[in-house]
Amino acid sequence: MPAISFESVSKAYPSSRGPKDATFLALDRVSFNIEQGEFFGLLGPNGAGKTTLISILAGLTQASAGRISVLGHDVARDYAQARRSLGVVPQELVFDPFFNVREALRFQSGYFGVRHNDDWIDELLESLGLTDKADANMRALSGGMKRRVLVAQALVHKPPVIVLDEPTAGVDVELRQTLWQFIAKLNKQGSTVLLTTHYLEEAEALCSRIAMLKTGRVVALNHTSELLKGASSNVLRFKVDSELPKVLAEQARITGRIVQFPAHDAHEIERFLAAVREAGLVAQDVEIRKADLEDVFLEVMKGSSTHNLGADGLPEGEATSGGASK
Amino acid sequence: MTGWQTLLYKEVLRFWKVAFQTIAGPVLTAMLYLLIFGHALEAHVKVYGQVSYTAFLVPGLAMMSLLQNAFANSSSSLIMSKVMGNLVFLMLTPLSYMNWFVAYVGAAVIRGLVVGLGVFAVSALFTDISFVAPLWILVFGILGAALMGTLGLIAGLWAEKFDQLAAFQNFVIMPMTFLSGVFYSIHSLPPVWQTVSHLNPFFYMIDGFRYGFFGVSDVSPWLSLAVVAGVLAVVSAVAVALLRSGYKIRS
Repeated sequence: MPAISFESVSKAYPSSRGPKDATFLALDRVSFNIEQGEFFGLLGPNGAGKTTLISILAGLTQASAGRISVLGHDVARDYAQARRSLGVVPQELVFDPFFNVREALRFQSGYFGVRHNDDWIDELLESLGLTDKADANMRALSGGMKRRVLVAQALVHKPPVIVLDEPTAGVDVELRQTLWQFIAKLNKQGSTVLLTTHYLEEAEALCSRIAMLKTGRVVALNHTSELLKGASSNVLRFKVDSELPKVLAEQARITGRIVQFPAHDAHEIERFLAAVREAGLVAQDVEIRKADLEDVFLEVMKGSSTHNLGADGLPEGEATSGGASK
Repeated sequence: MTGWQTLLYKEVLRFWKVAFQTIAGPVLTAMLYLLIFGHALEAHVKVYGQVSYTAFLVPGLAMMSLLQNAFANSSSSLIMSKVMGNLVFLMLTPLSYMNWFVAYVGAAVIRGLVVGLGVFAVSALFTDISFVAPLWILVFGILGAALMGTLGLIAGLWAEKFDQLAAFQNFVIMPMTFLSGVFYSIHSLPPVWQTVSHLNPFFYMIDGFRYGFFGVSDVSPWLSLAVVAGVLAVVSAVAVALLRSGYKIRS
């Protein structure tokens, strides 16, 4: 039984533009499974539909069509069992200003009917570096500390499936490391993790499989290693002081002075460097590195067709790798 | 504690932590009404033939405070959670819509009764209070608070900003409370306004409540009980239906 099963999930919202009855399709027949024990990444640019999909999974939003189940429990019809199996860390930094950290965790535990849970609450506080803040009012905590409490609240009923919606957005390196160590430990102990993030290096390091969403549709779904293999194998990286000619700039990823070209072989690298020289520019700090998930992501998002997806919506490598099943 | 008991406890603790604002404040306001109106009208007005105006005023003020605070509890808690976004913590739980209803209305009843008791306790320092039929007092106190807590729940779900909630409170709840016979017996009104008062469900809550103190009322307490229970059943059905459909909270 999959940990999470998305079956042709669609979500239409009334459109703010066009005729009165016009709708905007935030999700378009999204289908895939996440197996038990997986660390799964859900990636996509802003507005791709990631948070909408997670909101439907968590019961915060209703799907227009399709079905989602968590460990076999339909999130709409059997919502109580589905929600008991889910621990969701919301994207927004929200808190209840009336209570302190320990009270917030005890209440959240109580809502799930979990009694006498102080030992686990203490362990959560310790693991997330919150022990000395246990009696502090939520208002008095920094943004990073509030984010830790959100994680603790999601885990307080020991859910077998953990959903993290951009948990490291705007938080410092220390929290990221603390959080990932703890989540990785829970994953090793058998918890399934679904992560959405804009930090692609985190997704590459943590997730065994990845789905990419673009305008509400799954455009890539495969094991992380397979996605990386499918991309250009190398990236030429250098710095320039002036603007690149338009023809070159269209093929490059440019961050300030840093220019990166996807390149399959030495000929292609030489061709790019020659073109830069011909444009009268000097390439500085030249290096060649392996393509990473960010390169794959940009490649997938630039293209209009699906990437590594079979005709039935399953990734090409799945049939032999024994991953997701329908 | 089970899930709904935890939510009830959390809602009670929420208002208890700010008791100066949620309990002491309303009791003080009621006392100011009692002192000012009682002092001004005590020598001039007798109600039901033999009841002094101050003694008549106490149950009305207690019930008015009870009703307004029961409404304020569920409505303000919900709107704050919606505006601050922390309602998501509840929405992610397996709590059913009935659990939500019982917990929010239960906490509103508790706050209403605590404020009502506070008004009595302080009023006892200024005037003698009689309890002719305490069971009627308890029944109307609980039903009235439940009705207003449920209305607060509906208003809290409907309102998207504090301004809308304040409008509901100022233009619906406040006039209906003041025009329900808190400060007067409706027999002192012209016949037309007596008829209009009979269309106001708040009148039956206060009149039935007052019957418990004096054994006298403008209409039969059984009629008041039937009206209050009927209105409570209707607003409860509306509130439960709204919660069930996720009205304005689950898109």
